[in-house]
Amino acid sequence: MITAGIDVGSVSTKVVLLVDNEIKYLVRPTGWSPRDAGEQTYHELLAQVGCKPENVAYRVGTGYGRISLGFIDKAVTEIHCHARGANYLVGRGGLVIDIGGQDSKAILINQQGKVIDFTMNDKCAAGTGRFLQVMAAALGVDVSELADLAAGRNPLEINSMCTVFAESEVISLLAKGADKRDIIAGIHRSVARRVWGMASRFMPAEQVIFTGGVARNHHIKDQLAREAGVPVIVPELSQVAGALGAALYARELAEKC
Amino acid sequence: MRPESMKIFDDLRNLNVLTIQNAKKNGEKVVGCYCTYSPQELILAAGAHSVTLCGTRQEPVAAAERDLPRNLCPLIKSSYGFAITGKCPYFEAADLLVAETTCDGKKKMYELMGKIKPMHVMNLPQSADSEGALEQWTQEMHRFKAWLEQKFAVQITEEDIRKAIKLMNRERNALRRLHAVTKFKPSPITGVDLLVSVWTKGFNVNKEEGIKLVEDLAAEVEAMAARGESPFTADAPRILLTGCPVGFGSEKVVRLLEESGASVVAFENCSGYKSLDRLVDEDPNKDVMVALAEKYLNIPCSCMTPNQGRLELIGKLAKEYEVDGVVDLTWQACHTYNVEAFVIRDYVQKQLNLPYMHLETDYSESDVEQLRVRVQAFLELIQG
Repeated sequence: MITAGIDVGSVSTKVVLLVDNEIKYLVRPTGWSPRDAGEQTYHELLAQVGCKPENVAYRVGTGYGRISLGFIDKAVTEIHCHARGANYLVGRGGLVIDIGGQDSKAILINQQGKVIDFTMNDKCAAGTGRFLQVMAAALGVDVSELADLAAGRNPLEINSMCTVFAESEVISLLAKGADKRDIIAGIHRSVARRVWGMASRFMPAEQVIFTGGVARNHHIKDQLAREAGVPVIVPELSQVAGALGAALYARELAEKC
Repeated sequence: MRPESMKIFDDLRNLNVLTIQNAKKNGEKVVGCYCTYSPQELILAAGAHSVTLCGTRQEPVAAAERDLPRNLCPLIKSSYGFAITGKCPYFEAADLLVAETTCDGKKKMYELMGKIKPMHVMNLPQSADSEGALEQWTQEMHRFKAWLEQKFAVQITEEDIRKAIKLMNRERNALRRLHAVTKFKPSPITGVDLLVSVWTKGFNVNKEEGIKLVEDLAAEVEAMAARGESPFTADAPRILLTGCPVGFGSEKVVRLLEESGASVVAFENCSGYKSLDRLVDEDPNKDVMVALAEKYLNIPCSCMTPNQGRLELIGKLAKEYEVDGVVDLTWQACHTYNVEAFVIRDYVQKQLNLPYMHLETDYSESDVEQLRVRVQAFLELIQG
């Protein structure tokens, strides 16, 4: 059976095709149209895999763009899709931390992958991918370079939670002659602290499963592990955990039909 | 399907404005209240109308922020904004205002509002069970009665008060009956309609008419339930809403819950059931002012410390209304409810074994989509 999970995030669109037990995936920037991004990425992956749309048994959409997708059979929130995907990738329960483009969430799941409780950041961009994007732009570096630049450096204190004020703080530090790499380390630590401040209410949990685009930043992973005091696992397919969860839901729902 | 009587409640919003303006033209007296701690019985006994004042809409918040801090709860800012912009017909009609020292934000705001209209602030003890609290609150009842007598140049007799107590208890009983219709499974009325009808009733100056309207609506909805009519499917998750007061214009969380497939069946907040749970003792041998003080002092508002009564009420309602989950709504910067959320979470999850979600928001629409994700995820959690 073939099922699909389409996760349209604010920054990137992730599609997973579950071909029996094989995971095929594709990631593309969302751009300005979540609807087009979802549809195009889905069809591109179908073409890559050599699969016709009519052979897909069920489609589940998730992420902030899920409501704009016309071709899906059901929408499931990213909370449940990330939980399901993370549980599948790691094979155990724990505390799932997902840092995406516009929000971050902490989801407590049991050994079966069932959501017990969850929390999300309120409104502002502190502790999200967006926060990192703005800071990277202020420092004139690419987001993908951040982790390597920060590794092994002395993190400087970044006190502001507000993205705009934190940007001013970063600019002030630069003006004082601070090292860019120490500033980046400080930014990472502030993201980790902010997210952990939100997630720590769900402790004790034996492990943290880190998903979402920001999980690709190994330095933030290390900072998060320092805060958490338990192992932080970043599965290989962490970025597509939500789309994978959606595809797993799709499989379950297809079997019910 | 929607109860026919709801149309009357929809129209009532405009009608209430005309009624209050006419009453005013006829020289009748009006006292405006903000909170369920206001002893309406004393206002009625003084021969005046008691009305709820506006404070559940976003519109006047910007005007209020000229005088008040931005980081203040939207209910206080909206109330004050309505007062200074002249956009609340009930505030305009009010001869006098009565308020209580509940939270810090409100009581300091009342000082500013008192410059606009004559304002009496009752000094509410912050602990219902503490020594001397009942005596102090009884004294406050006497102080408010004396103030009304002086301002309106009337004499409030014990008989007047006893009559008003009976009337208000009848109103409470009618509202209790209306709330109870959602005990049917599935509920025959939406939470939004229940909220709108209860809220609109608060602006109705004619108590007898208001009671009749509520009873008619309750009877109609009971009949719908008997015929098995409901706007919900049988598997719609049943939600208890607790936390800050909710009114028309600030019902977004209730709306989001129901748009996402839930049925809001119980409102524990003070705009819902909190102030109805206890009636005023009608025992003719009991001191009438003590009877009033006892009723109002025992409202389990988060401004009380400790506030065990709220847990008991949530537990009772959760059981009676057979709810599947509890949503705790805090208006931004409402410290008492926000801090209490920690205790409520623990109680709901561990004692009641029910899913719990805390939401913090304001009256604006800016976070509706973020809230929708949380609400939908919460309902998915309930439905497994």
